[in-house]
Amino acid sequence: MAAILEIDNLTTNFYTEYGTVKAVDGVSYYVDEGEIIGLVGESGCGKSVSVLSAMQLIQTPGKIDSGRVIFDGEDILQYDSKGEKMRSIRGGKIAMIFQEPMTSLNPVLSICRQLTEALEIHLDMDIQSARERAIELLSMVGVPEAAVRIDDFPHQFSGGMRQRVMIAMALSCNPALIIADEPTTAVDVTTQAQLLELMNDLVTRLNTSLIIVTHNLGVVARYAQRIYVMYAGRIIESGPSEEIFENPRHPYTIGLMRSIPRLGEKRGGRKLIPIDGMPPDLIFMPPTCAFLPRCTYKTKQCQEEPWPALRQVGEKHRTACFVDIGEKE
Amino acid sequence: MSDAKNDHMVEVQNLKMYFPINRGLLKRHVGDIKAVDDISFFIKNKETLGLVGESGCGKTTTGRCILRLYKPTSGTISFSGTDISHMRDKALKPLRRNMGAIFQDPYSSLNPRQTAGSIISDPLKIHNMASKKEMDEMISELFKMVGLDPRMTDRVPHEFSGGQRQRIGIARALACQPSLVICDEPISALDVSIQAQIINLLEELQEGLGLTYLFIAHDLAVVQHISDRVAVMYLGRIMELTSSEELYENPLHPYTQALLSAIPLPDPKAEKIRQRIVLKGEVPSPANPPPGCHFHPRCELATSDCNVEIPPLRDIGGGHYVACLRV
Repeated sequence: MAAILEIDNLTTNFYTEYGTVKAVDGVSYYVDEGEIIGLVGESGCGKSVSVLSAMQLIQTPGKIDSGRVIFDGEDILQYDSKGEKMRSIRGGKIAMIFQEPMTSLNPVLSICRQLTEALEIHLDMDIQSARERAIELLSMVGVPEAAVRIDDFPHQFSGGMRQRVMIAMALSCNPALIIADEPTTAVDVTTQAQLLELMNDLVTRLNTSLIIVTHNLGVVARYAQRIYVMYAGRIIESGPSEEIFENPRHPYTIGLMRSIPRLGEKRGGRKLIPIDGMPPDLIFMPPTCAFLPRCTYKTKQCQEEPWPALRQVGEKHRTACFVDIGEKE
Repeated sequence: MSDAKNDHMVEVQNLKMYFPINRGLLKRHVGDIKAVDDISFFIKNKETLGLVGESGCGKTTTGRCILRLYKPTSGTISFSGTDISHMRDKALKPLRRNMGAIFQDPYSSLNPRQTAGSIISDPLKIHNMASKKEMDEMISELFKMVGLDPRMTDRVPHEFSGGQRQRIGIARALACQPSLVICDEPISALDVSIQAQIINLLEELQEGLGLTYLFIAHDLAVVQHISDRVAVMYLGRIMELTSSEELYENPLHPYTQALLSAIPLPDPKAEKIRQRIVLKGEVPSPANPPPGCHFHPRCELATSDCNVEIPPLRDIGGGHYVACLRV
């Protein structure tokens, strides 16, 4: 299987008046055809900025400083961000689903107009056939009475329904890849389950690749085949999802797993082990591993050498840590 | 304490909280938002009762009714044996000292212009709990208790991180040495790696100070971790209430079952074999709830009598309460 999208050594900085924020610092990942990958990390770890950079959606003071984004054999970072080529990719070949369905839909345009716009631009459809396709899409994502509701406006939809509209928009031009940036963070658990099941069914059926960007470990465990864990602008661990959850090798990943309460745990059973301290300030990054101040495994080497690169610790399993943390510790 | 009820710190009976909908030029009363619709439960001394449900189910309203921030439409709330449901503010004030509240958003629940020390001292001043001399000492004591450096009392909220701000919120809630603390989504706004710090702090404080918690949250895994008993709410009513262990091992209400199965587990192997119940449709509006059982339009077990009869919350043994006709 060939990679549909490959991000290679991407660096994005934000030049603010307080200093340079290293939001994404040399990040590489790929997604294969028909594959679902998960990008996990806490707020500010650079997971969203990395996908926005790939789509050239970074605004000043942000700047993509280096790296390549290979899609269809071409480096799309070389395209003019406002040019014809980039626009045919955004929303056409690569679609995005954003976190806030309230703010990412235009409140003064009908659902119909918002769905048909992309169809007319990318697929050259006429108004009538675009409308028919829009209705078809809307019923595909489970909006009841699609033919009637198509003329409604976003405020007449509930949060979950709006996110369904976002999914319909993303699928409208048969993209090769969908990037879902925290697609279910703003909705309730049962709605989250509905939406994720729907997305999973659709991308599997249409053989579309999917990148799920989230902070929720459960969501990636359920749907992603491979996982990238990010911390302070870098990928610190990657591998097949079963491997990462069963045998995490980076102290941050291990810390995360230990700190989340799990369903079915008895009161007073397991005590949560929190990760001490806070994520670092991205302006004043230490030359050493950024997780060092919070790490319980640190050695002398960690304090002396720069942030380690990812190294192989298993077939397809890589971690950015000097310390050999034994299996199933 | 011969009467078993004496160890109930809070006793809620048939509580209803309706918010009127007024429309038109004359603001005519056209209906009600039935935020809380006839619920009864109790909280024992020194226990944690978890309250879970999705947004709009009435869990926050329930908490605010107990704090008497709202005047309930009907029903009674007794706190340490005193009925406070219709008490006047003046009579309420001495009782309020015994209740603390921690809110969800550590950004908007602290006054940005007040220093952390003054935020914490407010409740002490209101209840005349400390002289000026004692105040500074009490504040630094509270700071230490929640794991903050007492030298930071003169800083303002924006100088603290999210987790630290939530610690200030906790210190303020504990300032008057309350017996009951209403925790309303205290960790939802925090990052994953910080959540555990706050959960552990709340647990330690409870043990050390003998606190009683009403822990309101939408995340069932967190609620289960911290609670002795859990109540599941849906559209203004309690659907099921039992010990947190029993709720996981033997959920009886179809809504509880769906809620449990909706939560993705951080374990890919378990996820592969797990049965999923994906609910159809959406939560109806609390202004116009369905007749009978509020859950029946989305329920797979529903029969014709479910849309007529309101299922009572009944004890099926061992303190396991469930409101379903089909169980």
